Amino acid sequence: MFDLGPHASFIIAAYGVTVLAVGALVFATVEDDRKQRRTLAELERQGIRRRSAAKPAPPPIKPAVKSTVKKKAPAKRKPAKPRARKAASARKTSSARKTPSARKTPS
Amino acid sequence: MISLANPTRFLSLVDTVVPWLSGLVVILLGTGLYLSFFVAPPDYQQGETVRIMFIHVPAAWLAMFGYTVIALAALGTLIWRHPLADVAAKTAAPIGATFAFIALVTGSLWGKPMWGTYWVWDARLTSMLVLFLLYLGLIALWQAIEEPGRAGRAAAILALVGAINIPIIKFSVDWWNTLHQPASVFRAGGPTIDPALLTPLFVMAAGFTALFVLLHLIAMRAEILRRRVRALQQTQVARAALAEA
Repeated sequence: MFDLGPHASFIIAAYGVTVLAVGALVFATVEDDRKQRRTLAELERQGIRRRSAAKPAPPPIKPAVKSTVKKKAPAKRKPAKPRARKAASARKTSSARKTPSARKTPS
Repeated sequence: MISLANPTRFLSLVDTVVPWLSGLVVILLGTGLYLSFFVAPPDYQQGETVRIMFIHVPAAWLAMFGYTVIALAALGTLIWRHPLADVAAKTAAPIGATFAFIALVTGSLWGKPMWGTYWVWDARLTSMLVLFLLYLGLIALWQAIEEPGRAGRAAAILALVGAINIPIIKFSVDWWNTLHQPASVFRAGGPTIDPALLTPLFVMAAGFTALFVLLHLIAMRAEILRRRVRALQQTQVARAALAEA
């Protein structure tokens, strides 16, 4: 043990008080945290939950018998028109709408 | 940062951080104590009693830090009325009070062999005692008012009024002629302490700070859970009353 000099008792007392105070604080804090967790778990066990608390997801329901119906194969899609053709057809329809017969005003 | 203001997200963060922070506290305090007792040399004037500095100074810093946290959280309570701000303020008070108590007692035990007295009513010591009493007052106020929202607002006002004491503690040694020594670490001309003593002091201060943050996070988690328990118990009582009616 090293020599703490003539004032060793003051040094030991200072460190002793610190260890006691910090130890008590740590114990009280951790114990309070544990107590609150236990109480909350107990309430939740009784079915008392917060409205915002997420409900546990129900277990997935497995089919009792395997389905014998064959699944329909997905319908084949028509190949999409190239953009240039699409634009041309759109222009065509818009010009058809603007024909003079279509824009005739009643006389 | 804003997402952490959500109590549920805050709780999951605390669950992640606490084990790592606990390890850091053990490493820092272990290293700090080793440096304080086995590496730091005795002071040329104070001898071995200088080792009290390694706990007294960090405790005093954290006592002031704790009150600063409370004052900032009080602003959060009064301006934004955020429940986490109130939780932060309420849970910082016992931790800050403990550090203020340690600073007062260790300072007194250091003062007797160095000054020849345990206590003197000088500005630094008295303002530190006032800080400790402010902490006790805040804790008593939170205990006295049952409804957390009301208690939080009342305590926030008291905390902001008491915040004036923090600069008084810091500058008391400059403003008044005190028996307590002037600032020797955070001062304009740099620290006046030898690096052989300054390094253990900083390591211990880092350890104390990590301990403060760790305990604060755990206490905040406990307080959030306490409020949830309270709300659920009120629901339970209301349901029971409805069933009877």
